[in-house]
Amino acid sequence: MTAVRAIGDPVLRLDGVSLAFGGVKALNDISLDVREHEIRAIIGPNGAGKSSLLNVINGVYHPQQGTITFRGKPRHNMDTHETAALGIARTFQNIALFRGMSVLDNIMTGRNLKMKASVLEQAIWFGRARREELANRAKVEEVIDFLEIQHIRKTPVGRLPYGLQKRVELARALAAEPSLLLLDEPMAGMNVEEKQDMCRFVLDVNEQFGTTVVLIEHDMGVVMDISDRVVVLDYGRKIGDGTPDEVRSSKAVIDAYLGVPH
Amino acid sequence: MQFFFEVLIGGLLSGVMYSLVALGFVLIYKASGVFNFAQGSLVFFAALTFVGLMEHGLTFGAALAVTLLVMILLGLLIEKFVLRPLVNQPQISLFMATIGLSFLIEGLAQLLWGANVRGLDIGIQDEPIGWIADATGVNVSKFDLSAAGIAAVLVTLLALLFSRTRIGRALRAVADDHQAALAVGIPLQQIWGIVWAVAGFVALVAGLLWGARNGVQFALTFVALKALPVLILGGFDSVPGAIVGGLIIGATEKLAEVYFGPYVGGGIEGWFPYVLALAFLLVRPEGLFGEKIIRRI
Repeated sequence: MTAVRAIGDPVLRLDGVSLAFGGVKALNDISLDVREHEIRAIIGPNGAGKSSLLNVINGVYHPQQGTITFRGKPRHNMDTHETAALGIARTFQNIALFRGMSVLDNIMTGRNLKMKASVLEQAIWFGRARREELANRAKVEEVIDFLEIQHIRKTPVGRLPYGLQKRVELARALAAEPSLLLLDEPMAGMNVEEKQDMCRFVLDVNEQFGTTVVLIEHDMGVVMDISDRVVVLDYGRKIGDGTPDEVRSSKAVIDAYLGVPH
Repeated sequence: MQFFFEVLIGGLLSGVMYSLVALGFVLIYKASGVFNFAQGSLVFFAALTFVGLMEHGLTFGAALAVTLLVMILLGLLIEKFVLRPLVNQPQISLFMATIGLSFLIEGLAQLLWGANVRGLDIGIQDEPIGWIADATGVNVSKFDLSAAGIAAVLVTLLALLFSRTRIGRALRAVADDHQAALAVGIPLQQIWGIVWAVAGFVALVAGLLWGARNGVQFALTFVALKALPVLILGGFDSVPGAIVGGLIIGATEKLAEVYFGPYVGGGIEGWFPYVLALAFLLVRPEGLFGEKIIRRI
């Protein structure tokens, strides 16, 4: 198990990334790296640019300046569905499930990129389309088992309580077998028990599949517990980066969170 | 009783043709959540283009092939120049855009081919099928039956495509949440391109069948309005719903016309479907097969 978990070389590197919306600088000269197999947390007060950073990584926003290097290759204005093809999956701060569809169908969409049959083959449910559908369904069942959501398989996601919806969203991301998993506040709005479950799942994913995880989280207890390294943002700037202990004792971080006496 | 069945069968067969038109709406609605007001114009455009090409001396097959290409191209262009710039805008903006689009397409069609009413012969005669009439005494139109057969095959294929495949799931996913769909690697524009191309194809088939029956004329765009009660009955986002809705509307409007029409002076075929749809809205607003609306209070 430790073999998989051994933290390796950087898989993702951001150099001098800046992103502005009109006059608002959402990200200002951010440089950071994410290493293979690690759990990397992004923290910071509201409006610090955490979600923007995640959106830049998976191609929702294209930064005006700076470079993004993923697995040794620089990326240029790559769109979201292209980053998905590179093995980057994510969840959203406000749950973004396909509300009209069942849990199973939602998770099956995560397998989208693994299926290759053409439109025509699919229309007539021809050999390859059929085999693919069944093989991917088996894979989805593994994810369902892993996240312990067997009992809600056929339920339309709109009917599920919040905590379970979050779990289904994680399942959909995992179904893509990503090498890099981006989680935007996976525990927000959960009760203690749900949080503990979610922590366990994130750690299990990281340990068993070796998935690299980047997560945004406000619950400091959780962040300090599960992450290997933490980056701290404030007003679009990076003000801290290091192990949880280093970040906890950094003066800049404490100032940003608690305020500076005037 | 024989007469009853004749009316019923006639109604069901024309109902399948309504389904065909409704299907065009369902396709777009499923993938983008938009009621495509321009679908009727597409039907009109397809029929007119086909007839126009035939008049210019193309054979049936060649005209069909060219019109198919034109319709697919038109679908792709609409996606690229009308819908893509409106991504993430409110649904009502998209709806308004399709209204504008319908005028544009209608105008374009008449500009290119003229506004005369034309006949369209697709080689199937509108006459009773002999052996059925002999065996049961019920007259079934050969044209209606063939048209229904063509529509049924098309509808079945599309229903399977939607319910059992990756593309179908991708379509529904795109309709529900653009951002999340992109994040699981569904290319939005490719999916919309496919949908509009297929909608163009469906419009072509509907245009040919309706054109052959009623003549190719501006009134073809109104056929699309008949699809509205079909959709309300069946559910806007359900392919099987479009079929069942079409059958119900087709059968009930003909039966109502024949059996209740005489008491109120006739002509109720024109409005009966809308009244039925209205009643349905009160009882089951999402339609027979539509996705159940889940509200949290």
